[in-house]
Order: sequence, then C-alpha cells, then structure tokens
Amino acid sequence: MCATCGCDGDAGVRVHGPGGLAQDHGAGRPRDARHDHDTGHQHDTGHQHDAGHQHDTGPADDHGHDDGASRTVVLQQKVLAKNDRLAGRNRAWLRERGILAVNLMSSPGAGKTTLLERTAREAGAGLGLTVIEGDQETTLDAGRIESAGAAVVQINTGAGCHLDAAMVARGLAALDPRPGSVLVIENVGNLVCPALFDLGEQARVVIASVTEGADKPLKYPQMFRAADLVLLSKVDLLPYLDFDTARHAADLKSVSPRAEILPVSATTGEGVSAWYDWLRQHTPTTR
Amino acid sequence: MHELAITEGVVDAVTDRLPDAKISCVRLEIGAMSGVVADSVRFCFDLVTDGTNLEGARLEISELPARCQCQDCGTEFEPDGPIALCACGSAEVAILAGAELRITSVEVA
Repeated sequence: MCATCGCDGDAGVRVHGPGGLAQDHGAGRPRDARHDHDTGHQHDTGHQHDAGHQHDTGPADDHGHDDGASRTVVLQQKVLAKNDRLAGRNRAWLRERGILAVNLMSSPGAGKTTLLERTAREAGAGLGLTVIEGDQETTLDAGRIESAGAAVVQINTGAGCHLDAAMVARGLAALDPRPGSVLVIENVGNLVCPALFDLGEQARVVIASVTEGADKPLKYPQMFRAADLVLLSKVDLLPYLDFDTARHAADLKSVSPRAEILPVSATTGEGVSAWYDWLRQHTPTTR
Repeated sequence: MHELAITEGVVDAVTDRLPDAKISCVRLEIGAMSGVVADSVRFCFDLVTDGTNLEGARLEISELPARCQCQDCGTEFEPDGPIALCACGSAEVAILAGAELRITSVEVA
C-alpha cells in the first residue's frame, strides 16, 4: 500500500526527482513528498513505449484433461517472464539511444554511493553520467549524487529488497538520459535478491569492499556469477586488514571465470581512472 | 527475501492468464541453481494468495537437481552446492539444468 495516500497500486514504490534532492537534509524524505498525482501517479511503468498489457507466451493451453472435479491448465511459463519482458523493453530503449546502463550492486556500506559521488565529480560531465538510486527509504543517496553534479532519480522500494525492471522503466521516464551517456543504476544494498532481477542493463558491476572480507564470492555465488566487473573497493584500508587479495581473486574466478577485477579507493582516488576508462570503453557510441 | 516478489510474480502470472478461474493447485519447478529457496516460496504462498483467485490453492513444487558440463574437459556432473566446480579444477562450467524457475501448470476447480 502506498504510504502517502493509501492506494495499493505499486506496493509502496515511489520515484523522486530529478531535481530538488540535494537540499533535502531533513530525514532524507522529500520535502513535498512529490507524490505526483497530477502526472497520473505512474502506477504502471510510465514508460512511453510500455503500451499496455501483453501476454508472454500466448494464450493458456486450457485444453488439458478434464477429470470432472477440476481441469489442468498447462502454463509452462517462467515466473520472472513479466520482469524479463519489461527488462527487454528497457534494454531496447537504451540500445536505441546508445546508452550504457550499469546495474551496480553490493552489500550495504560497500561504497556504491561514495564511488558514484567521486565519479560524478571527476568524470560525470564527460560521461554524461546520470544515476537511478534504489533504496528502501529516504532520498539521502540521491541528494549526495545531485550535490556531486549528476542528474539523479531516487526510487524507494518500500518493503522491496531489490529494484525490478518496472521500477527502472519509471526511473528512465523521469530521468530521460541523453543518447550516448552512461546511466548507473545503484541497486538496493543486498548481495542476494538483486541478482535475480534483470533490469535491462548492459553490464553488471558488483562492488566488494575489503572490509567485508575475502570470502564473499563463495558466500554469494549467485551475485558474483552474474558480474561482468568486480570493483574491489576501499583498497586504501588494505594495510590495516588481513584481506587476502589473491584468495579473493581465486575465489571470484571459481564462481565467475570471466569477471574482471579493478581495485579502487574512492577516498584516495587509487584505481578510479581505470573505472572511468571501463565505463567509456563500454559505452556503445564511443566503443 | 526475494521469494516474496517471486511468489507475487507467480500469482500475477496466473491471474493474468486465468483472471476468472478459481485455482485449486499451482505447480512450480524450482532448480537447485535458480537462487530461489522452495521453502521460502511455500512460506510466502498463503500470504500472497490471500484475497486472490488462488486463495486456498495447494502449492506443489518440483525441486530439480542441477546438471553442469565442464567446458574444459567435457565432463557432465551434478555440482555439490551452488558453486559449480569440475573435479578437474576448472570453473569454466556451463549450467545444463537447475536454473529453472517456472510455472508448469495449475488446476482449475
């Protein structure tokens, strides 16, 4: 149910911005609640090419055997078919515009927002960086990104533990990133649930911070298996920790043989230029 | 707890396809490498179906084992847990089965 007006359209998902988020220091809640009743409340995806309701695999095969009391209807359909279909639309929309969309995932506190702040300040203009922020509550992270100079929308998932393709479609409609730019979708901090939901991104980037310990790829294989790039963050803290980088790399390779690793520190700037280069190299129009 | 969203996806898919039918049973296939825990789906099912045309329906889940093939030596094997490593030491492994997350059929009362 929507916390603001009590409607039960989208299980409490809210989209804030772009604009007006940086000054919002209160409890991180948007000042005017931005509940956009005048824009139709966007309970569907709000995405212009999302024109209506489609069935995924054709009509149900309800010619099943009839045993009198009940009949069997064969569906044979993926549980995530609806999300996958919407993700496909997002991907096509992004491809038409030559936009690189990165699904950025990590546990809470690994440094996603801090790295994006630095990225926005140092490379944001050149990359045309825009950001979709996903958190259960508050616009705190979007405020930080906006202060760093990038256009951003905040999606609050309410009870949800991950972003899905429909939320990203709403974010895209609100943000409208320019052709040839880089869009980073900062997923809800969580190493489990976001792994299952395709958002329509071109690349999946997972941040593993050295303070979390080296064993995360083995503990959360589903997340790391899908990664195109792993950013090993907070490497400025390595002298104070017993983090075994060789073991981490070997464990990652056992889960995801093709994932690249880049060590970075958003505090000192170590390795960040390689990250900016990676973004440039993967942007379709500059490839 | 993405199983809540997954289970909601099951209910949405069934009500989309059969909006007026009273559903008495839902059958799912969940693979060992799908990233979804069958017990969690069972836990969520009654909660999520409450007030829908699936309310009171029985949930039958077939849990399917994983099957992998090593891309280096060609051996087919069932992985021991979620990390698929071939006995030859290679991690270059294709998942042949076990990623399923599928609604196979429903019973309409």
